[in-house]
Amino acid sequence: MAIFLTKDSKVIVQGMTGAEGMKHTRRMLAAGTDIVGGVNPRKAGVQIDIDGRTVPVFGSVGEAVDATGADVTVLFVPPPFAKAAVIEAADAEIPLAVVITEGIPVHDAVAFHAYARARATRIIGPNCPGLISPGQSNAGIIPSDITKPGRIGLVSKSGTLTYQLMYELRDIGFSSCVGIGGDPVIGTTHIDALAAFEADPDTDLIVMIGEIGGDAEERAARFIAERVTKPVVGYIAGFTAPEGRTMGHAGAIVSGSSGTARAKKEALEAAGVRVGATPTETAELVFALLADAGDVHRAGQGRC
Amino acid sequence: MDLFEHQARELFERYGVLVPRAEVAGSAPAARAAAERLGGRVVVKAQVKTGGRGKAGGVKLAADPAAAELTARQILGMDIKGHTVHQVMVAEPVEVEREFYVGYTLDRARGRFLAIASAEGGMEIEEVAARRPEAVARIAVDPEEGVTEAKAAEIAAAGGLPAEAAATLHRLWTVLTEQDALLVEVNPLVVTRGGAIVALDGKVTLDDNADFRRTYAYEDTGGAGLEAEAAAKGLNYVKLDGEVGVIGNGAGLVMSTLDVVAGCGARPADFLDIGGGASAEVMADGLSVVLGDPHVRSVLVNVFGGITACDAVAEGIVRALDTVTLTKPLVVRLDGNSAARGRAILTERAHPLVHQVDTMDGAAARAAELAAVAA
Repeated sequence: MAIFLTKDSKVIVQGMTGAEGMKHTRRMLAAGTDIVGGVNPRKAGVQIDIDGRTVPVFGSVGEAVDATGADVTVLFVPPPFAKAAVIEAADAEIPLAVVITEGIPVHDAVAFHAYARARATRIIGPNCPGLISPGQSNAGIIPSDITKPGRIGLVSKSGTLTYQLMYELRDIGFSSCVGIGGDPVIGTTHIDALAAFEADPDTDLIVMIGEIGGDAEERAARFIAERVTKPVVGYIAGFTAPEGRTMGHAGAIVSGSSGTARAKKEALEAAGVRVGATPTETAELVFALLADAGDVHRAGQGRC
Repeated sequence: MDLFEHQARELFERYGVLVPRAEVAGSAPAARAAAERLGGRVVVKAQVKTGGRGKAGGVKLAADPAAAELTARQILGMDIKGHTVHQVMVAEPVEVEREFYVGYTLDRARGRFLAIASAEGGMEIEEVAARRPEAVARIAVDPEEGVTEAKAAEIAAAGGLPAEAAATLHRLWTVLTEQDALLVEVNPLVVTRGGAIVALDGKVTLDDNADFRRTYAYEDTGGAGLEAEAAAKGLNYVKLDGEVGVIGNGAGLVMSTLDVVAGCGARPADFLDIGGGASAEVMADGLSVVLGDPHVRSVLVNVFGGITACDAVAEGIVRALDTVTLTKPLVVRLDGNSAARGRAILTERAHPLVHQVDTMDGAAARAAELAAVAA
């Protein structure tokens, strides 16, 4: 098993025929994702050949779902059109919409999250790398060749830190890695992913990566204390970020005394989460926990 | 982007919110002339995008145009929390009967906007909320309905504001939605002796993601120096005050790199995210900005190849070295996708100032060490 995405997931791509959409559709197919169609109203009925596979283009998400039974959509739709595209996906009642697009206006995100919540669609993102269940399926832009299937679950606000940890822990492997995105308003939260990993019989340990801004990590810490029995290892980025400055991700900002990395780390530690000082140390904490459980062990690397 | 007070004031005025008559002045004589036009007695307010102007001496009453000139001369050029005052707003004074606080802000946890209202205006709302949480009303705004007139009345009542303030609350909501703002704050919103509801100060944060549909371009005079240069090159750069320049791919990884550098006892000089592509041009632009900071003593390039292949990044660095004169040691850590090929490319280039370290922690330690040696 895995969370949110399995080998049985049937995936469509909104914005597949654009440059980014094509590039990543090709990668997703190579990773074994069952891509059953693309959506583009101007190219409905066209069959696109991608590395020997023929992928049909549908005029709407509704048509694609009716024709293929798709249950996941990945969106590469540019910011001005993203809101309408997500609403279209929610209208089609597709269970999972993975919004990769970066730069969506917050008012649009607020609107489509409210719309999707009132229907049956879970949103991951926006401004996220998507999610991968290694060896099964890949929905988004996470590289599939830097890790292998295994029993760690990972949830993160950051794409590159996800890749870094996937790579450092490649010898153990992952059930699923979920990039929830760095925007101030996101669909699937740390808590949603933690709850799903807790319930997933194929996940033994959870890695949670957070960063400055908001209080999602603090709320996740409370959730862990109350509901999570599996070991959780954490990492928080942004201790040196100055107050009031946006650090790359739209949501990564310390406002006054709120949203600091220190407060997040302390909340997680109070909930029994071991928090690494660096990504590498975080990986070592995972190795150590699994070694205690009779699994593997690894020596540390040189540092200051 | 945060707006200056005078820009927020102008915006409020366009939406029918009452504001004091005011003018912007960039020099002391201009402040005097503005005071003359505004009736003589004025308030001179420093225009900086930070709070605490009053405490810093950046807001002063002037009895006449001559005093306004003198006051403006004192305030212009002043440093308030690292922000230099380039302009003052000269405003007509308002006879205040009572002060309130109103604002709309994003509730990140619930993914919707929140109205905040309080009868204790004029102070930092965070302080009021910490001291007397019951004095601050927080009312969720339904994303589909927004702030209707009825909702505005509900917010006013909850915050202990006069019923007449509801119309202003309604207009401020229109400012928030039509201008794609993330924050609209009026502190204080006052009732004057004459009974008018006036926005005496304003803070507006616009959503940069909505710039593509903004009809009105704001002059952003907030950034300066290297940050302005980086912005012009389309780089995601934040200037810090340390000595180890940091360049990396991905916001999370770069933030993490700053922390690891700090963990090694050095201070990061900047945050620079070159994103996924990391072409030679972006790398060269990034290096020239980072090296343009005179406090930088070493530079750390930390790249994890996910989708980006490290050999492409290494090619980018090599080509950047042809266009930028490297004056400080450059520590490069390449890992992930095609790392071996990337490292080989840099080894072959054999630049005397380029040091390769294969791990992130090790590379940060090395960059910190080199910065200390150069000190």
